[in-house]
Amino acid sequence: MKTIIGLEVHVQLSTATKLFCGCSTDYQDDGPNTHCCPVCLGLPGALPRLNKKAVEYGLRVAKALDMTVLEESEFARKNYFYPDLAKGYQITQHDRPLAVEGTLEIEDDEGHEKVVRITRVHLEEDPGRLVHVTGGANYSLVDYNRSGIPLLEIVTEPDLRSPQEARRFLNKLRTVLEYLGVFDGDREGGLRVDANISLEGSERVEVKNISSYKGVEKALTFEVTRQKNLLRRGLAVTRETRHFMEGRGITTSARGKEEEHDYRYFPDPDLRPLRVAGWVAGIDLPELPTARKNRFMEQYGLSLDHARTLTGDPRLADFYEEVAPIDPGLAATWVADILLGELNYRDMGITAVPPERIAELLALLRAGTITDKAGVQVLREMLDACAAGRPCERPAMIVEREGLIRAAGDEFTSLVQAVIAANPQAVEDYLSGKEGALNFLVGQVMKETRGRADPREVRRIVSQSIKMGEV
Amino acid sequence: MAGTLNFAPDDRYNAFITTCREAPFGDGALAGVAVAVKDNISTAGIQTTCGSRILEGYIPPYDAHVVELLRGAGAAIVGKTNMDEFGMGSTTETSAFGPTRNPVDRERVPGGSSGGSAAAVAAGLVPMALGTDTGGSIRCPAAFCGIVGLKPTYGRVSRYGLIAYATSLEQIGPMARTVEDVSRLMSVIARYDPRDSTMLDRPYDHQPSADITGLRVGVPEEYFGEGVDERVARTVRDAIGVLEDLGASPVQVSIPGMRYALAAYYVISTGEASSNLARFDGVRYGPAVDTRKTWHEAYRELRHANLGAEVRRRIMLGTFALSAGYAGRYYTKAQVARGNIRQDFERAFRDVDVIAGPTMPTVAFRFGEKNDPLSLYLADILTAPANLAGIPAISVPCGRVEGLPVGLQVMGRRFEDERVIDAAYAYEQEVRA
Repeated sequence: MKTIIGLEVHVQLSTATKLFCGCSTDYQDDGPNTHCCPVCLGLPGALPRLNKKAVEYGLRVAKALDMTVLEESEFARKNYFYPDLAKGYQITQHDRPLAVEGTLEIEDDEGHEKVVRITRVHLEEDPGRLVHVTGGANYSLVDYNRSGIPLLEIVTEPDLRSPQEARRFLNKLRTVLEYLGVFDGDREGGLRVDANISLEGSERVEVKNISSYKGVEKALTFEVTRQKNLLRRGLAVTRETRHFMEGRGITTSARGKEEEHDYRYFPDPDLRPLRVAGWVAGIDLPELPTARKNRFMEQYGLSLDHARTLTGDPRLADFYEEVAPIDPGLAATWVADILLGELNYRDMGITAVPPERIAELLALLRAGTITDKAGVQVLREMLDACAAGRPCERPAMIVEREGLIRAAGDEFTSLVQAVIAANPQAVEDYLSGKEGALNFLVGQVMKETRGRADPREVRRIVSQSIKMGEV
Repeated sequence: MAGTLNFAPDDRYNAFITTCREAPFGDGALAGVAVAVKDNISTAGIQTTCGSRILEGYIPPYDAHVVELLRGAGAAIVGKTNMDEFGMGSTTETSAFGPTRNPVDRERVPGGSSGGSAAAVAAGLVPMALGTDTGGSIRCPAAFCGIVGLKPTYGRVSRYGLIAYATSLEQIGPMARTVEDVSRLMSVIARYDPRDSTMLDRPYDHQPSADITGLRVGVPEEYFGEGVDERVARTVRDAIGVLEDLGASPVQVSIPGMRYALAAYYVISTGEASSNLARFDGVRYGPAVDTRKTWHEAYRELRHANLGAEVRRRIMLGTFALSAGYAGRYYTKAQVARGNIRQDFERAFRDVDVIAGPTMPTVAFRFGEKNDPLSLYLADILTAPANLAGIPAISVPCGRVEGLPVGLQVMGRRFEDERVIDAAYAYEQEVRA
């Protein structure tokens, strides 16, 4: 049974000011109702004035998704009552959106390239937020800091075939938006998704207001199971709107089709029609994720996996390109496989790490001055310092202070001999064919060097020494 | 020199909702001139009600652009004038603060919705006032009270701070006893304001000129047809004869789209109003909503209790006109009719420079004379077309019928407010001399 999914993604554009007034969008650290003016409070007589930057951001997205920008688009009023809606209507675009008919390439569940069609993108303002008072109060409070925040709604055709694919689409979309510099994925409430999902031949269900990437996959997976179970039991799927309860991972019925609002859309007479198709030619797009991924594979000889990981975030890709000159392959392994894990563990972003320090570390590794294990230790010390707000020490200093220079020459040989001499039983076991005994001996050497030796080298030398001793 | 104006009028016509007993003023073109402001124009620190209970006690935290300009020109804002609730009426009877009386005849309405501004000027309480005109709300009371009132070209005066009734139709405009004062006030308020996106940067800087030699005056048959009082029509024709004597040449023109003007006007204005008035929910200002009830129940009760019958009627009409399944039959069609009227005027203005006719089909009615909404709506037939077309239109007194004032309406091309001012000025200077 084919699963059919289409998404409506609302992303917050990262403009400095709101969509129709000069209020700052940077309200996260401030109290309620501190970023408001007559316009975004909907005071009588106040008028909207369109933010040019938001239009430019919208056009950047339209161009990146290869869309057609309408010669003339228009803003419309979506009329409904709700306490967080200051004017009693939301200014959005309805009949004539900013741009239509685009595409975004993703991978399907088999790892093949797949084109998802984009129906339209349009600009709209966010309402305020209700703040529910705890302790049995008979009122709620309203915070209008969000009122008028610019959103771009991106609507797809029903081209997605699984919850996993939907999530990959969102990840790819986010990456593109971040490359375009129009979206800050770290911002709270920066992304909200409504998902339409149906099983082929059945009614469609809309799941509203999912606010995380993980949530989209969870909500849709729940819906697929729920709808399949209904059909299995011979029941029909009802066409309705459902809410996703993030905490419980389930969707619940919100309202049926017959209860749908009549929003009485009409062109907003406070705003002129928008004629911006001519701006598109003047927009310079940065290198986008797919192009950059391909270039990484070609220019640096990276695997698809490494290239994909490293280009998944423009800041990470920039970081990689700063350290790649030391040794592209080594840099890819260390940044994609080791550094990212260590950052995630510490809940740190890539921008918290000075690339020149990582470049120095890579140089030490490449020269064989330290082992991989010592390298990890150095990296952890540097990151801990960064996380604690201390200056990030140079790797060479840490190596010297901690005595992490790779064991070599006489020191190395004598250590191996000492371990062999001290463990005759293990030597005998190894000679009688127990491979595990060799691991034990290697471990003993590693312990003595506290990681300063290369385990592969230790293994080779220990094995050689034992065999030579026997002869 | 800056100072304070003491303003304690004998408001026997109930022209004001709020008066400012000590009104500060400054230097400038209107230094120390007392100006009354219609109560749908936001004034920082002064209650602004739109003639409605739902805004009782609302004190705006900001000035409308025109009020900033008035203060900047040194004017003393002495009070807020009475009006039909949210501008919805042509008698000032729908105000929640009681009707205004016509200073010419206390038993008659002053017209509306800017009836308070017209009465304040006609009674000599202030030399000039601001009104607003959505379908005739400046020109109607100007005609009924025997003063001058200009509805500027749409986009010439900033609407920032004007509490919206019908966004695409309305403009703030000057009202005074003479054309010269209307022009003076217009010079102050017609200044570009980027906060109103529907505005063009076309400031008004004009000294009225009485020389109208060669002016081609269009006389549309529709303005003298059915529903127009014979005596009013005759008075206005005489006035056009005066213009002819001054060197203007009358030309017969036609605005066939007039047939649909009122229907289009009422569909568009109520549609926009149903959206514009949605914000009055008692959450942020005005009488507070009862938080113990569910929000939609509380909204319904608050809006029912605090909005008058005419306002509720128009909100319901407009809601219906925009509803799914009906918008195509009403709102969309009204826009087509509007386009036709605009084209009719454009066509006529290829042959003539201004168009003249009566402002109102009758003289001021007695209180209670027109008590069904439809016959009142019909009274807008001669004024609403200028709003639909977005063109400037002035009403200037041109004689009396049974002792009651009649207004001559002069309409012009878009952004040719200067020309309608000149035509009205020429007429006024001639009959005064």
